[in-house]
Amino acid sequence: MTTQRTSGRRKQALAAAAVVAGLLTTAACGGGKDDGGENGAAGFNAANNKVAQASLVKKGGELKFASTQDADSWDTTRGYYGFMWNFSRYYSRQLLTYKAAPGAAGAELTPDLATDMGQVSDGGKTYTFHLRDGITWEDGKPITSKDIKYGIERVWAQDVLSGGPIYLKDVLDPKGTYKGPYKDTSKDHLGLKAIDTPDDKTIVFHLPKPNSDFLQFVALTSASPVRQDKDTKSQYGLHPFSSGPYKFQSYSPGKSLVLVRNPNWKASSDPVRKAYPDRISIKFFTNANDMDQRLLAGDYDLDLAQTGMSPQGRTTALKSHKANLDNPVSGYIRYAVFPQSVKPFDNIHCRKAVIYGADHVSLQTARGGPVAGGDIGTNMLPPSVPGAEGQSYDPYEIAGANKNGNVAKAKEELKACGKPNGFSTTIAVRNNKPVEVATAESLQASLKKVGINAQIDQYDGSQTAGIIGSPSNVKKKGYGIIIMGWGPDFPSVQGYGMPLWDSKYILQSGNNNYGLIKDKTIDGLFDQFVTTLDESKKKQIATEINHKVMEGGWYLPFTFEKFINWRSSRLANVYTSNSYNGMYDFVNLGLKSSK
Amino acid sequence: MLAYLIRRLFAAAVMLVVVILAVFCIFFVFPKWAGVDIASSFVGKQADPAAVEAVRAKLGLDDPVYSQVWEFFKGIFVGRTYVGGGDVTHCAAPCFGYSFRTEQAVWPVLTDRFPVTLGLALGAAVLWLVFGVAAGVLSALKRGSLWDRGAMVVALAGVSLPIYFTGLLSLAIFAYGLGWIDGQYVPIGDSFSGWLGGMLLPWITLAFLYAAMYARITRATMLEVLGEDYIRTARAKGLKEQVVIRKHAMRSTLTPILTMLGMDLGALIGGAILTETTFSLPGLGQKVLDAIKNQDLPFILGVTLITSLAVLIANLVVDILYAVIDPRVRLA
Repeated sequence: MTTQRTSGRRKQALAAAAVVAGLLTTAACGGGKDDGGENGAAGFNAANNKVAQASLVKKGGELKFASTQDADSWDTTRGYYGFMWNFSRYYSRQLLTYKAAPGAAGAELTPDLATDMGQVSDGGKTYTFHLRDGITWEDGKPITSKDIKYGIERVWAQDVLSGGPIYLKDVLDPKGTYKGPYKDTSKDHLGLKAIDTPDDKTIVFHLPKPNSDFLQFVALTSASPVRQDKDTKSQYGLHPFSSGPYKFQSYSPGKSLVLVRNPNWKASSDPVRKAYPDRISIKFFTNANDMDQRLLAGDYDLDLAQTGMSPQGRTTALKSHKANLDNPVSGYIRYAVFPQSVKPFDNIHCRKAVIYGADHVSLQTARGGPVAGGDIGTNMLPPSVPGAEGQSYDPYEIAGANKNGNVAKAKEELKACGKPNGFSTTIAVRNNKPVEVATAESLQASLKKVGINAQIDQYDGSQTAGIIGSPSNVKKKGYGIIIMGWGPDFPSVQGYGMPLWDSKYILQSGNNNYGLIKDKTIDGLFDQFVTTLDESKKKQIATEINHKVMEGGWYLPFTFEKFINWRSSRLANVYTSNSYNGMYDFVNLGLKSSK
Repeated sequence: MLAYLIRRLFAAAVMLVVVILAVFCIFFVFPKWAGVDIASSFVGKQADPAAVEAVRAKLGLDDPVYSQVWEFFKGIFVGRTYVGGGDVTHCAAPCFGYSFRTEQAVWPVLTDRFPVTLGLALGAAVLWLVFGVAAGVLSALKRGSLWDRGAMVVALAGVSLPIYFTGLLSLAIFAYGLGWIDGQYVPIGDSFSGWLGGMLLPWITLAFLYAAMYARITRATMLEVLGEDYIRTARAKGLKEQVVIRKHAMRSTLTPILTMLGMDLGALIGGAILTETTFSLPGLGQKVLDAIKNQDLPFILGVTLITSLAVLIANLVVDILYAVIDPRVRLA
């Protein structure tokens, strides 16, 4: 009786959802004009790795973002979300930043506050930068080298300003001798010995050991200047003091954010930012479908989070507004990882049995298919990272002969692993990611065919760091397969793979090396990578690291992720960039009309 | 009457303390028992161990539960200061906690969002009372008629259809489709007509559900009352039917309706999560959903407390009204 009733309700719910979806689709079909002309959208993929409608841009108007997610923090030291780094270029500047260019060119660094890319000396252990003329804060005072040093010092104050990346802390002060500006007893609170500021226009970094990605660290949002007298410590994210072309007018967390022009910013001092709109706003939504409908109706210009439209909005947009869409590669890889602490995944053959047993097409479909989900992932280095080979490196023939799963090969591996009849295990998946749950179910179904019985444990997704980030908890719970995803912090194997694969990064809490990989060759390659300054050699090492990771069989990649992102017909000068994982580069977006 | 009032207030206070203790256990104690490290979820992708420890200390997660609860209560009356690293954060009284995720004190945020939820609840309540009670009374008076059957079918639909369905449907038709209503929230201070435009669909959606329930209960109660001896007596005395209904039947019918209204308003003021989420209204319901998604424990605790308080106050008011209407209650 109960089952019947539940089943009936489910049918009712499905029917209701179908009716609403139908109505929403019909309702949304009326708006928009996709004539491809000046007032129309540029065309499908017109802004994917190329600039769309650059000549139509006009100065002025309000650029309107919509989002279902607020930033983790707008404090330049604390923010870690990709969209926050992208958006922060409106109100913060760094010594170096990414070029305002589409595709791979956008991942190249260019001087921002600095006059050039810096002088490297002492075998890569000293970096000297000089500051441009005319760089100012929002109150008109000049930005000095001391402001940059202080902004960087804030990264050390992890007890107050947690959350952001700590690369600079690790590379400049690996022993952690400096305690941060708030515990700094020196008079000017600028006691970090690794940075010198001989005058207001010069800043010198002293690294204990060279690091080939140091310039990438200098370009991080967490390397932005912060003025001491404006530092409100943990409250800074509520109203950061601007060094960029826009400043905060108002911010109500989870409700709205408005930036207006910073009258003291000088275009002549900034070779990157064009500052087209007069005003930039974000409206936060709780209903993703509602937000997508508003985007389709032209009430807003783009989604701040840039993680793709909801399935309903996507269907409507692909059907009726395809010219407003782009389908970029996100830079993320979605995958399953096998913790070696959970038997029998300590045995490489058992790990390979899962890789061969999985139906990769079905996993891709669960992720949304080739358009909304991405291409089948064949290895663990995202296509946007130098050294990546994309689908051409496919050691397990995941996208080739074995794309629908290879039962015979999986059974061979099971035999070699000493489990000819298969085994039981648990798949851990975040409960707040429906796509990941669908992926886990797909994996569960295909593994059953080879005799691997996997139970799915949906854990609290907001507690990821404490649940799967705790190796002891993973072992206790018997999580043999963990479903996850990862994107690069910056386009380099260090920025992507080091937290995942280097044994130094195995942590007791907040761990990301879920496979518990302790491989001397991989560790050695990372050590070699960070001291290699030659770019082509760096690429080679990155390729080699990726090969070693795949040979270890610790990962089953699902997809090289792709998104369907919306751009309104009002937008001009739009392009996706590798610097922000395939997002639109926010900083130079403009409008076709100043109204 | 005074003794009764004191008894009820005391019971409400005890209930509030029990609720706080229960919520504390759910969010701060049980996860610890399950091996979940709450502190590590507050630091980002690169978990610095020192940062995890600092967050733990700042949140007082290692303190005994009774100490955490005591600090919380003390904060409500005298405020509270959080010390961590070189940072001192003061949360002024009444301090209902401090969110280290958004770096905001809980109370000002709740009071900022409260008017949205209150406006939603009160506006919808007016609609559902007017339409629900009227439909119920008319149905009872015209029992078995086409009107009665039609109204009850609509009421059944209202009770059966969930808000996320009727909400999305109304948005699809009136906002996205016909474009009659914008359907986006505008603060009343910015534009009164904009605010009305933004609230109309949420009011109607919410009222549709409640009006349906009120109509069915009003009808049932009214039918029961109309069968009472004193109604027959009133009619036998030759009173006009209008007077019998208005002065005698309605008064009795409204008693359970008022009780329901108190309870419903209390619960809605705690946050109409589905309605606020569907229409992206920046009220308490939206905030609590956001807090749950981000495991922002201080806000979850704060909103739970406000909800409990609203329900308790509503109950208290209803109890007092009962005592005013019916002296037997005071002696019970």
